[in-house]
Amino acid sequence: MIELDRLVRRYGEREALSDVSLSLPTGKTVVVFGPNGAGKTTLLRVLATLLRPHSGAVTVLDRQLPDEAWRVRGRIGLLGHEPLLYRELTPRENLRYHARLHDVPQERVQERLQAVSMTNRADEPLRTLSRGMVQRVAVARATLHDPELLLLDEPYANLDPAAIDLVMPLIGAESGRTRVVSSHDPSRGLAEADLVLGLRAGRAVIVKAAPDVGPEEIAELYR
Amino acid sequence: MRRTVGALVRKELLVELRTLESVPGMALFAVTTFVVFHFALNQNTVSGQEAAGILWVTLLFAAMLGVNRLFVADADQGGFDGFLLAPVDRTALLLAKALALLCYLLVLELVAVPAFGLLLLGPPLGQALPGLLAPLALGDLGVAAIGTLVAALAVRTRARDLLGPLLALPLLVPIVIGCARASAPLLVSAHPGGPALRWIATLALYDLVFGLIAYAVFDFLLED
Repeated sequence: MIELDRLVRRYGEREALSDVSLSLPTGKTVVVFGPNGAGKTTLLRVLATLLRPHSGAVTVLDRQLPDEAWRVRGRIGLLGHEPLLYRELTPRENLRYHARLHDVPQERVQERLQAVSMTNRADEPLRTLSRGMVQRVAVARATLHDPELLLLDEPYANLDPAAIDLVMPLIGAESGRTRVVSSHDPSRGLAEADLVLGLRAGRAVIVKAAPDVGPEEIAELYR
Repeated sequence: MRRTVGALVRKELLVELRTLESVPGMALFAVTTFVVFHFALNQNTVSGQEAAGILWVTLLFAAMLGVNRLFVADADQGGFDGFLLAPVDRTALLLAKALALLCYLLVLELVAVPAFGLLLLGPPLGQALPGLLAPLALGDLGVAAIGTLVAALAVRTRARDLLGPLLALPLLVPIVIGCARASAPLLVSAHPGGPALRWIATLALYDLVFGLIAYAVFDFLLED
């Protein structure tokens, strides 16, 4: 479960998130919409414990941040703009490295490579792979340790329709995990949301159940 | 902790082996600097304090190349975030980076010290080498501790290439002084002695102090 109460996060003088409040039950999905610079990535990084909230209360997986951040690390899977993978290492080497950090059995690496259909390119350096393939490996990395909470920043970017179908069981609604998804795609976003958060200049201008939000309301955010 | 440090060191060495971005540059820099000294001093050989000074200043600046690049792959490719998301003791990163830097310094010295013996040193290197091991080891430990600390601090700033050396050099000066003074008696032409024990003890104390400081503050450097 995620609870935000008047969350504020600043970069210098600028407020990237201003008084954002939200409640997301376990197993549900909130989709975050907003134009570039609205604070979507900052929100995901606060929830991932990578950025400290400057004021307000943040509870993630029933733990208070930042004081209990160490208790939730390892229970979160983050899929951001960066794949968090080393370009000079192969997909298999990258996943083995993360498996050791998360104390996950090494057999899981092969299982995840199969799940994202990357076994045939698993031993080539990441820098030689296409962006879509790297994104598939990043999905394998983010779900390697079977996290309870998925934080997904435009997760389908760079993926073709077949690849999206491939990763859906891992990071889609059918994964059964609690998810925070940032998106620019109203139709896909609304289809997989239980709750919608619309951000503009760091402020929450929409916080509603997904059935109560229409594509027009999302489009209005970007005008 | 051991498992995490092992995974991090293995990753560090794999990335370096694939890119060869640090160690070859450090070794080449050291050899080139000895050649420059050879011509700039207009001397075929050096010995004593002069030799020790040239050796340690060269090793220090060559080490700075490795220090500057120590966290670059992590900062540029999201390795920091990947590590910070894992449920592990963050001190493991300090230990792993210091161990990796230690490995780079060992390889550097395997190239640079014989090159120094060939290109500049007057007395035979063989007679000085056993005594040089202690200052080399203590110098490496100090550079690894201070270099890792400073590199972690500098890499998150925009001027990391400038800030790293600016912060590291003043902190590394006592190590250069200690190593040079400890090595000088070994590099004299006539009647070479053993390493100066007073300076060896000073180096060990300095390493210990900075090892503890690095251990104490490293967690805070990784925090937002």
